[in-house]
Amino acid sequence: MSLSQDDVKKVSLLSRLLLTEEELTTMTEQMSDIVGYVEQLNELDTTDVEPMAHAVEQFNVFAADERAPSLSRDEALANAPKRDDECFRVPAVLGE
Amino acid sequence: MSESLYEIVIGLEVHVQLATQTKLFCRCSTQYGAPPNTQTCPVCLAMPGSLPVMNRTAFQLGLKTACALNLQIPNFTKWDRKNYYYPDLPKGYQISQYDLPMSQDGFLLITDPKGQFEPRKVGIIRAHLEEDAGKSMHDEAAGKADSRIDLNRTGTPLLEIVSEPDMRSPLEAKAYLTELKLILEYLGVSDCNMQEGSLRVDANVNLHLQTPEGKVATPIVEIKNMNSFRAVERAIAFEAERQYEVWLETKQKIGDVAKQTRGWDDQAQVTRAQRYKEESSDYRYFPEPDLAPVTTTDEEIAAVKAELGELPRQIRDRLEAQYKIPAYDADVIVNQGQTTVNYYETLAKNSGDGKLASNWVQQEVLRVLKERSLEIDAFPISTERLAELVKAVAGKEIDGTRAKDVFAEMLDSGKSAPEVMKEMGIEKVDDSELENLCRELLEANPKVLADLKEGTHKAVGALIGQAKKKNPNIDPGTFRQMCIDMSAKM
Amino acid sequence: MSLIHASAAQLLTQLESGEITSVELTKACLAQIDVADKQVGAFLKVMSESALEQAESVDTRRKKGEKLGRLAGVPVAIKDLLCTKGETTTCASKMLENFVPPYDATVIAKLKAADAVLIGKTNMDEFAMGGSTENSALGVTRNPWDLKCVPGGSSGGAAACLAASMAPLSIGTDTGGSIRQPASFCGVVGLKPTYGVVSRFGLIAFASSLDQIGPMARTAEDAAILLEAIAGYDPHDSTSANVKTPAYSQSVKQPLKGLRLGVVKEHFGDGLDSEVEQATREAINVYKSLGATVTDVSLPHSKYGIAVYYIIAPSEASSNLARFDGAHYGHRTNEAAMLEQLAQERAALEAAGDEVGLAKLDTSLVRMYRQSRAEGFGPEVKRRIMLGTYTLSAGYYDAYYLKALKVRRLIRQDYDAAFKDVDLVIGPTAPTPSFAAGTKTDDPLSMYLGDLYTVTANLAGIGGISIPCGFSKAGLPIGLQLQGPPLAEERLLQAAHMFQTATDWHQRRPELS
Ligand SMILES: [Zn+2]
Repeated sequence: MSLSQDDVKKVSLLSRLLLTEEELTTMTEQMSDIVGYVEQLNELDTTDVEPMAHAVEQFNVFAADERAPSLSRDEALANAPKRDDECFRVPAVLGE
Repeated sequence: MSESLYEIVIGLEVHVQLATQTKLFCRCSTQYGAPPNTQTCPVCLAMPGSLPVMNRTAFQLGLKTACALNLQIPNFTKWDRKNYYYPDLPKGYQISQYDLPMSQDGFLLITDPKGQFEPRKVGIIRAHLEEDAGKSMHDEAAGKADSRIDLNRTGTPLLEIVSEPDMRSPLEAKAYLTELKLILEYLGVSDCNMQEGSLRVDANVNLHLQTPEGKVATPIVEIKNMNSFRAVERAIAFEAERQYEVWLETKQKIGDVAKQTRGWDDQAQVTRAQRYKEESSDYRYFPEPDLAPVTTTDEEIAAVKAELGELPRQIRDRLEAQYKIPAYDADVIVNQGQTTVNYYETLAKNSGDGKLASNWVQQEVLRVLKERSLEIDAFPISTERLAELVKAVAGKEIDGTRAKDVFAEMLDSGKSAPEVMKEMGIEKVDDSELENLCRELLEANPKVLADLKEGTHKAVGALIGQAKKKNPNIDPGTFRQMCIDMSAKM
Repeated sequence: MSLIHASAAQLLTQLESGEITSVELTKACLAQIDVADKQVGAFLKVMSESALEQAESVDTRRKKGEKLGRLAGVPVAIKDLLCTKGETTTCASKMLENFVPPYDATVIAKLKAADAVLIGKTNMDEFAMGGSTENSALGVTRNPWDLKCVPGGSSGGAAACLAASMAPLSIGTDTGGSIRQPASFCGVVGLKPTYGVVSRFGLIAFASSLDQIGPMARTAEDAAILLEAIAGYDPHDSTSANVKTPAYSQSVKQPLKGLRLGVVKEHFGDGLDSEVEQATREAINVYKSLGATVTDVSLPHSKYGIAVYYIIAPSEASSNLARFDGAHYGHRTNEAAMLEQLAQERAALEAAGDEVGLAKLDTSLVRMYRQSRAEGFGPEVKRRIMLGTYTLSAGYYDAYYLKALKVRRLIRQDYDAAFKDVDLVIGPTAPTPSFAAGTKTDDPLSMYLGDLYTVTANLAGIGGISIPCGFSKAGLPIGLQLQGPPLAEERLLQAAHMFQTATDWHQRRPELS
């Protein structure tokens, strides 16, 4: 199956990536190649096969509800690209 | 109103914060009100490399709630990632449950003792666990185009409870929420504080209309930002009217347009459309590889059920039967919570009169609590002392009106009922004294006597006032009956 | 033998006996880095100062007779995707060029507890995505055996620093072959343990259900020593295996009696370089001479490994890398320029009366995300994020992701069947020796096919090891791969050690000018 440039454009928004027209063209070709390759899986009948989401199947891994120290605010905000005394700052979430 | 023109169809999604000490996947505190960004760690900050570990208590509280809501609990449940970008969701995905939630297919019974709607079994589609997001604040004061992000709340455990679209009026929606909140409080699984965001409600609303072409459903609208049950009631009522207007104008049916999200503006008392994002619905759910699935055995489920204790519905039924009180009374008492039920039951037992005890709790105790903004455990009169007063009323040692005076005095002085009654000179009038008074007044008022003989019983009212003046301790009910009985023989 | 060429086992003995000090050893490694790394480029950051401090502290404590950790005084190089408190941890990405973690990965904490000397951060493919280290945004690493060639990847710096004698031990990670393939390309030992044996806490995730940290060294014995120090149950990693850690460093030297090896038929098919095939067959003969019985086994679904891998890994990656959005840490685009650009786009759309275009125009927040990620990620990372987003998106999930999870189980079942009859399976690590830099960068699919023999171990969650087994005529190392059933790391290391007692491929060193 080949992907259209429009498909790839939609995926780029969903992925929060901004691609140039040139990147979009290359990406469309390369993704079509790879998607075409992985479609060989359709040869296999997997009707009764249980999906395997984990490499090792384990169950019921819990921690006790006991407090551990948090980071200080300065540590929490230390890597922030933009911050004030208390908070992370980002462009307005509401949009304009 | 245009109620006859359409039927409102309501489904509710409730997010409840579970009462744990720590977050769902890390051990940061969930305490409300801490200064911004002081309750975070690499896990809830979504620092690269950090990994989630499931809080056992959160899962247990989820199980408890699921059992109380009659939900089926499968033996296997797993975690999924819900992917979307938002600055208060630092991982870029929310850990939630998608196709195999921890519980599904339950119900909640709602009734109204005032009879405003018929009892209804509201279906519950599912209840699943998920983590909360942080808080974004728009910095209007500074006049800058930035949002400020506080991640203290990020990762707080939530139980999302999704109802079937089974409710048919704003009143039913409110009843569902009230009963749900009550159950959660009885279970102790959440503090349900709406102001602090421990309980949040989204409503899905549309209309069913009869048209010449048959039954038609209008597009579903999701309402958000309602911060009280009253707001939910009003928002749904507003939305129903609005949707009807839109229908008249556009004739749009369900499926004609995408599902719309509207926010409730409590100031203006209207819903407003929220910004529409084209790709926002593609959450790309997939199994969370960083967390192990959870299995629950039938024995474990049975053990949770056995430890649930009595739920509000069962308590109401029991109070009605055990203390012979009307459904309305049981409802009022149970809706106040477990401590009020305990107070009432002790009072009823000690006073020996369930109905009278119920009246006193509803009319006096609850009134005082409200006036003084007190919790029942801080009520100044103990059940033992109040029981003495109620017992006196039941034994006709004192009439209701004077009993209220005694009650007021007990409240302020801390004295017992017998003490106050003694001070006020209240004592039971013995039967011969009452008979003498009765005869005396009937003889002095031949007109009244004549009326009574003709069967006009209300005529006795004129004598009660005079009797009270002569002896304030008389019980008006007993006096009245005695006058009627005596007149027949005179 | 000089300090820089010695094995960690030898160095530990010499350190304990007082024959050498950690400061001497650390200085020797730093001197070699000084000389050789100009050509090789294995390190993104050399932690000279803190390494020497740590070495000095170990020496002092040793003099005082204090009890020291099992790696006391030995330099270890760290692949730059393990969070190291207070030290930049970059994933070889512009996105994290200045990121300083506030915490230590469990493996780093364990190395510190073992008194190892953390000597530096090694280069890698950006976010561990690649097989040549050419996808690093922060540096170029070359193969010490031929500087025109790649070191393999993604743990290219980790393998190259060992081959060039800049450190005796290094930590790698393996999601589809990222420890074993560079070990093969650089002529060193690389072990990918069973999933869960080493905690992933603090490992910057590429594909969570496939990633595993492992030891890299010049000998199997050294790999065993390093594994023993980093393995173990970790309550901070829900996928960590709750098993007791064997004494790998002790058991490694015990030869296996009656070892049953299975030759994977499917690993000798089309695309296998003839020199690699020959070296592998000779290695199998070495095992026969050591008393192993050798039979053919089949892993019929292994040919689907690449297809399954290139659905599962990008899908998980697309989600794992969503956190790199410029909001809380990492690269953020220049906001003023971004807003200016957005304003221009809006003006142009308004002028053209393009209502649809205006409605679709990014908000400043969305554009901040998109622009930051476009600038912060390199082409391979973008390609995999795009691919994974696509395969998880509405309408495609069942056809791609779910299908891949099902075939993944078939691959695991193949192994389970094979291990009923044999103790380990054997074959080449990679279809070819290293290749010249730049020759595969424009053809991602051909690069992906290089993982054919390694990815299935990650998909099945089992362990695998690559050990040197020969050289091509051009003088490039060739790697032999052994894979075992779950938690058979001891057996893998013992088998590898047996081979190294009978061969000297692992003792050869490249000549750097
Ligand atoms: Zn936390």
